[in-house]
Amino acid sequence: MAPLPVTVIGGYLGAGKTTLVNHLLRHAAGRRLAVLVNEFGDLPIDADLIEAEEDGMISIAGGCICCSFGSDLIGALGDLAAMEPRPDHILVESSGVAIPGAIVSTMLLAEGIRSDGIVVVVDGETVRQRALDDYVGDTITRQLSDAEIVVVNKTDLLAPAAQTELMAWLAEAAPGAIAIPAERGRVAPGALLGVLPAPGAGQPADHSDRLFDSVVLTPEGGQPVEELARDLATGPHGVIRAKGYLRDIDGALWLIQTVGHRWEVTAAQGPHEAGLVCIGFRDRLDRDGLAELAGVTA
Amino acid sequence: MAETIIYAARKIITMAPSRPEVSHVAVRDGRILGIGTLEELASWGDYLLDDRFAGKVLMPGFVEGHAHTMEGTLWRNVYVGWFDRMDPDGRVWSGLKSIDAVVDRLREAEAQMTDPEAPLAAWALDPIYMENRRVTRQELDQVSTTRPIGILHASGHIMNVNTRALELAGLMKPGVNHPGIPLGEDGLPLGPLYGPDAMTPVGPHVGFDRALTDCDERGLRDYGKLCVRAGVTTCTDLAARLTDDSVDMMLRVTAEDDYPACIVPLRVFFGMSAEEIVDYCVSLKPRSTERLRLGRIKAVADGSIQGFSARLRWPGYYNGAPNGLWYTAPEQMSELYHRALAAGVQVHTHTNGDQATQMALDMLEPALKAHPSPDHRFTLQHCQMADAAQYRKMRSLGMNVNLFANHHFYWGDEHYRLTVGPERACRMNACRTALDTGVPMAIHSDAPVTPLGPLFTAWAAVNRITASGRVQGEEERISVSEALYAITLGAAYTLHMDGEVGSIEVGKRADFAVLDSDPTQTDPMALKDIGVWGTVQGGRVFPAAAL
Ligand SMILES: [Zn+2]
Ligand SMILES: [Zn+2]
Repeated sequence: MAPLPVTVIGGYLGAGKTTLVNHLLRHAAGRRLAVLVNEFGDLPIDADLIEAEEDGMISIAGGCICCSFGSDLIGALGDLAAMEPRPDHILVESSGVAIPGAIVSTMLLAEGIRSDGIVVVVDGETVRQRALDDYVGDTITRQLSDAEIVVVNKTDLLAPAAQTELMAWLAEAAPGAIAIPAERGRVAPGALLGVLPAPGAGQPADHSDRLFDSVVLTPEGGQPVEELARDLATGPHGVIRAKGYLRDIDGALWLIQTVGHRWEVTAAQGPHEAGLVCIGFRDRLDRDGLAELAGVTA
Repeated sequence: MAETIIYAARKIITMAPSRPEVSHVAVRDGRILGIGTLEELASWGDYLLDDRFAGKVLMPGFVEGHAHTMEGTLWRNVYVGWFDRMDPDGRVWSGLKSIDAVVDRLREAEAQMTDPEAPLAAWALDPIYMENRRVTRQELDQVSTTRPIGILHASGHIMNVNTRALELAGLMKPGVNHPGIPLGEDGLPLGPLYGPDAMTPVGPHVGFDRALTDCDERGLRDYGKLCVRAGVTTCTDLAARLTDDSVDMMLRVTAEDDYPACIVPLRVFFGMSAEEIVDYCVSLKPRSTERLRLGRIKAVADGSIQGFSARLRWPGYYNGAPNGLWYTAPEQMSELYHRALAAGVQVHTHTNGDQATQMALDMLEPALKAHPSPDHRFTLQHCQMADAAQYRKMRSLGMNVNLFANHHFYWGDEHYRLTVGPERACRMNACRTALDTGVPMAIHSDAPVTPLGPLFTAWAAVNRITASGRVQGEEERISVSEALYAITLGAAYTLHMDGEVGSIEVGKRADFAVLDSDPTQTDPMALKDIGVWGTVQGGRVFPAAAL
């Protein structure tokens, strides 16, 4: 069985993690999400999404669920991986003071789990101020330096010049990440979680959100897969995530996954059709450049 | 009419300001009817004179303001600590001075086990005294390759395991990539597991289950025995989860006729919102009994100094380690303080580093302005690195402090040369400054981190000797009488219980520590060696020898 993708959603208190999680649940589009939260303290799920609640588990419309993990993340991940039917994707919403990279190293101790990105949510209005705070400044900087995607909330409240400054600041504070501006956590699930493997099980982008677009690349012949993955993740093509299968020069099939500026190339399990879906900003997705990169016409 | 018993003692140190020393104490209905001479007390009417303590010195029963009843449960595992330590049944386990000795003791325990697959768990290892030598899985494999073995360190933050334990946890594979799991040259885990994140997946396989911080029923009974042996009659349980089941269990066990201590569990601020935990503690409070006091909260601001997870102000760690971690965000602490003050629920806050202490002070001040609460007695627990200005602030805010005097002995040398450096190591657990500033103060063991034993804790605060025998921070030493106050009324005050325990005075609970000699007439260096005969708790006599 393919390892279960897990995305960690971090960020300081009040940045909008819970709002983002609720948005993803609302637009799950057939994707069975499981949300793990540190604690049920302040109810993490909007009331209208809840179907039932019992014994530390909240059932959510569309087959999604939410559980608390307390101090045992590994145990909770194990329980989810053993569920029938298995969730398609797990979101771990970390506590406001947690360092997301540390959560990822810990959760990878669980069997059958794959890290599918660290998303750090920030409040665009206050993050720079907060990053200077005596008490929590270094916590916020550490969170950002672990990020692969930064969701920047409240950018709508910033003047264009301030937005530009903020984005430049984030590029330094979160060098491994791609920043996505958002209003109240409204980010297309496809951009954060990637595209579902099963055909027809959901759209790559939430079409209510004009911000994102996707490109499917189907190169013929072999590719230098490692370099290609690196270029997708770190090149100037506006790609937030990419996932798919490609053949290398020798004809072996590889699974390629990129999130933010991080890429991963692993041997494919079983037969798959070659092809790569890239999701990025509509206004920045460089279709021609990507096609050239993969040696195809998109 | 209820029976009156008058106890005659060699000396009774009462801590009562008007009669500091007397020869007799009268007890009726589990409470102190009076203190004085036999003639004075006889005037209350019929009595029974009991002179079993004629050769003993009585003090108020000791109050431990920061310990964890889980020590009772831990004793069911093999003790492999560096220092000699007494178990609940009074057996003294000798300290082990080498890894070979640890392996030998584990072998002995192993030989008595019948099920070849049952886990073997040990605790209290402290390789700091063995040049921080790492213990590998191969060394523990010498004990057994078929059963999982785990050793919890004294700090509670490191565990050593054998190969079988790693196999069961699915970690005996190459490619494990975790900062808390060092790998050997073969690319496989070496055996030590650093930090709760690395320990949690393996713990259950070696017999340390997920709810380690909670004691179980037998553990609570065993903990009561440890209290008697240490002269303790009132003891906190400072970070309990207090689930419905555990509250029921604690109510039942402490209600048993022969349960020898009053337990004060604090609900830890974790897994609940500020609003929920305050409501929950308000609802628990009325369920309190004579021997179980509910309705208080423990918050944890940061980690530990020797684990480099405490939050320090500039210039940070002496060895350059990055600053530690917040366990509770300032905003959450603020909300907790506001709500708790509004509801009249007391909060004790763990702060180790001086930045964590500052954060707690900064969060409390505005909350107090919003909810003026004379006599709130919010207490900083450990508060090991506070400076004089912070003590002045505590006094202004009406805070109490409970300092970790024992820590100084066990890890003082380590702090001096590694964690915080000479100057700050010398002012750690600044008892003198606390008292001179007028901050109500207690001192504690944090058992099981260090052994429960208020006389030892008093010794540590009076002498400030480190394990290597150096006096560290002589200016922060306190007198014997100040230390004796701290382990009785001082600790009772931090719990709002100074009106009922902590001194031997009319109307108070008849709680006595029964000592073989007089701590006020002993060489201060011998304070820790004074024998404890047992206790009297609520008028019931508990000789340690009869446990
Ligand atoms: Zn603590
Ligand atoms: Zn403690």
